[in-house]
Amino acid sequence: MAKYEVNLKINNIPVTVEEGSTILDAAKKLNFRVPTLCQHPDLCVAGNCRVCVVEQKGAKALPAACATPVSEGMEIFTNSQKVRTARTHIIELLLSEHNSECTSCYKNGKCELQALANEYRVNENLFIKLVDKNTYTIDNFSPAIIKDDSKCIRCQRCVRTCASMQFVSALAVSHKGDKQKISTFFDKSMNDVVCTNCGQCVNRCPTGALVEKNYIDQVWDAVNNPKIHVVVQTAPSVRIGLGEDLGLEPGNRVTGKMVSALKRIGFDSVLDTDFSADLTIMEEGTELLTRLKKALVDKDETVALPMTTSCSPGWIKFIEHKYPSLLPNVSTCKSPQQMFGALAKTFYAQKKGLKVENMISVSIMPCTAKKYEADRPEMRSSGFKDVDYVLTTRELAMMIRQAGICFEDLPNEKYDSIMGESSGAAVIFGATGGVMEAALRTAYEIVTGREVPFANLDIVPVRGFEGIKEAKVLIKDVLPEWGFLEGAELSCAIAHGLANANKLMAAVVSGEVNYHFIEIMACPGGCLGGGGQPIPTSPEIRAKRMEAIYEEDANMAIRKSHENPEITAIYAEFLGKPNGHKSHELLHTHYVKRKGY
Amino acid sequence: MKDKKLTKVDLIFENDGTCATTVLDKVRAMAQDDVIMEMIDSGLKGRGGAGFPTGLKWKFTKAENSFDKYIVCNADEGEPGTFKDREILDTVPEKVFVGMTIAGYSVGAKIGYLYIRAEYNFLLKKLNQKLDAFNVKIKDKGFDFTIEIRSGAGAYICGEESALFESIEGKRGEPRNKPPYPTVAGLFGKPTAINNVETLVYATMIMKYGAASFKLMGTQDSRGSKVFSVSGDTPNAGIYELELGMTVEDFVNDFGDGDTKAVQVGGASGICVPRKKFADMIIGYEGVPTGGSMMLFNSTRSMYNVLKDYLEFFAEESCGQCTPCRIGCQQLLQGIEAVKRGEKHPSYLDSLKKLAETMKLSAKCGLGQSVANPFSSIVDNFREEIIY
Repeated sequence: MAKYEVNLKINNIPVTVEEGSTILDAAKKLNFRVPTLCQHPDLCVAGNCRVCVVEQKGAKALPAACATPVSEGMEIFTNSQKVRTARTHIIELLLSEHNSECTSCYKNGKCELQALANEYRVNENLFIKLVDKNTYTIDNFSPAIIKDDSKCIRCQRCVRTCASMQFVSALAVSHKGDKQKISTFFDKSMNDVVCTNCGQCVNRCPTGALVEKNYIDQVWDAVNNPKIHVVVQTAPSVRIGLGEDLGLEPGNRVTGKMVSALKRIGFDSVLDTDFSADLTIMEEGTELLTRLKKALVDKDETVALPMTTSCSPGWIKFIEHKYPSLLPNVSTCKSPQQMFGALAKTFYAQKKGLKVENMISVSIMPCTAKKYEADRPEMRSSGFKDVDYVLTTRELAMMIRQAGICFEDLPNEKYDSIMGESSGAAVIFGATGGVMEAALRTAYEIVTGREVPFANLDIVPVRGFEGIKEAKVLIKDVLPEWGFLEGAELSCAIAHGLANANKLMAAVVSGEVNYHFIEIMACPGGCLGGGGQPIPTSPEIRAKRMEAIYEEDANMAIRKSHENPEITAIYAEFLGKPNGHKSHELLHTHYVKRKGY
Repeated sequence: MKDKKLTKVDLIFENDGTCATTVLDKVRAMAQDDVIMEMIDSGLKGRGGAGFPTGLKWKFTKAENSFDKYIVCNADEGEPGTFKDREILDTVPEKVFVGMTIAGYSVGAKIGYLYIRAEYNFLLKKLNQKLDAFNVKIKDKGFDFTIEIRSGAGAYICGEESALFESIEGKRGEPRNKPPYPTVAGLFGKPTAINNVETLVYATMIMKYGAASFKLMGTQDSRGSKVFSVSGDTPNAGIYELELGMTVEDFVNDFGDGDTKAVQVGGASGICVPRKKFADMIIGYEGVPTGGSMMLFNSTRSMYNVLKDYLEFFAEESCGQCTPCRIGCQQLLQGIEAVKRGEKHPSYLDSLKKLAETMKLSAKCGLGQSVANPFSSIVDNFREEIIY
């Protein structure tokens, strides 16, 4: 249907926008910024906070700019005295309900309410401090997320994120009036409910009500302790996100500077999760081919297909809660973080002659769910906690600032060895479709002896932001030992964001679709949009991060996981063969059925 | 201006037993647009309190191009001091059903929901019995329309039309952003005409007696009669149907106890009229509009307690969704308490009045917007009672 154009005036300046646009859109077009709190580019309109109210000529009430569609001939004033009075009142009201001990707040300097209060220079003591009169709970039982109700301004961004983006609804509105709050099932801790720890709510919380649990001090203690050997691994998406928290524009690749900063902070060895991402491809690819062989050659009907990826701990927790019957379909491979952790305290320790009890293993992740994952009881294959502390991209940025490092001026440095070498296939783990692309680059070549039939190895159909993507790869002229795959068409699907994952899995359960291999990432855009990435996030920012990821891949000398020399070496020296005995001991895991609430 | 006196009317509760049959037959023989024209012509405005012209609401709903449309009868009578719909549903439920059927016929809706507040669930058994028979009856008469009853869960906010839709849809009762209005996207996102119980009964009676005779009653702005719930310091508490257009003084002369100092018109969210304004204030859209609640207070009552009571109600019954209402109600309540205790200077009441004005301008729905009505009218007229 053709869209009509609507003419209106904002602050006496005429503007033309498409019908269905909001007053906020029209104001933006004229470069008038109307302040907002509950509005977010990733979420549906709420119109709750009322900070964006504007005056409409001829209307009695002040409409909310974010929630009111434009109409022909409308005259809007975004800064009239009436608007200013109402807006200041609203900010003052929010502050009266908000625990504004800003100096001790984790979000100090990054809080949208603080910024607004600063901008409007409100008289904070105008109204009675309601926050002092109530008791609030601080839920810090989860290893990943802290929820502090005293800082909550009830904008419901988290609720909308959890429901519509992630289809989890761990957070919902409960009670009404003065008792209204954002709560969980029966007010349980976030740790005891269906929460996947994805951290998307943390990414969108305007205040300090939802933040990651930070382990910065513990990591500082470790790096400053000369008796402890601290290894650090960095996930693919950190290198393309970190710059945003240190004053750079989105889409900057800062791999070399990040390595340099980590060395200056004092980590004994700066290594790369990309190495274990390559390892994941070897293990997961082999697992898939094995499952296919069992199904096609041995006619084993107990083999669970489609096989889904297991790198995303948010997705793991999601499927454990929502589709426990499908757990056999999930690859038994640990995530790259945990593979790395298990090897750091076994293979790496042996090679370097280290005592494992004197080692601390740290990972830098774009993710909050990784904090939970590292805490899982299954993740102790080395006999110790395989990954001791997980820091988000944001926490690393904070450490870099605390260390007084001038990030922009750092030289580019290289990862240490061993377990620091990686391929372009590993870097793209950070984007939705990346694991699929990496797996296809390797599996296709193993089976046929030839490179994947895509120009420059770029498997474009699996790239991009579409919620659910599909790809089919025809396998022919295979090597003799893979004869059973001759002429087979490998059918793949990719979903990112748990709402999309849910849609896809529902279709799998109903039998509507038939796939061999499914890649799922819990966060929008994959890890690059992870819950531990710099705030703010938006579709535009994530698009820039994605561009950067594929640039990083294109610039790598090695583009395929199986060609990573350190991968070949570790199989020769330590692991034996993919899915072998040692691999199963260290690199594979099992899952737990959980309740649906 | 002051040409109407208090006149009792007997339309709503009139029960000749044949009303449903005759009205339904009459409507069935009319064109949809003629029914709507009759309603517009009658000048009937919504009796729930907001006073939107009923005929126009139906006209807008009919004009929408949608296969699915709904009629909703709002029987979530939650306004403190209002209890007329209970009586209507108890004594003349069939006339409510007829009103819904007329509405359904004229806008082209096939389903009507009667949303009844949880506190009235004791009526359900009787209502359902009557409704089963009624649904059969209208099918026999050729109406493609079915009425179902939905029960609320006890929240005041669910009387707000869009929160009511959310509640029927099984969601948390929170008002929606407007536009779109219900006539465009209401229940289940479809065009919906939502009317108060009393409005629908008047629709029935207008179709029975004709718009012309209805128009004879009331004033230019407030046509017809209205059912009032009279409570407080009065020897005659109860439900009365009165012609619109009288002044508060006329009303107090009949219902007061001789010592009336204020009348709260329109329930907790309405306006408090002090004695000095009784003579000038017309009860109707030209003066104080009302959903029917008339609470009389005599000189033994503390208006501070009255206001505090209302604010406690609003602080609890706000859905909590939007800032001005959720926090504003609490601030108004705690503010007058602080002034009373001497912790805040009496001039703080003026800051609170400005806040109430902000709530009126910026709250998302009618609840938050109307808290300023009782607040400002009581603070303005009984300031000394609030302070001392």
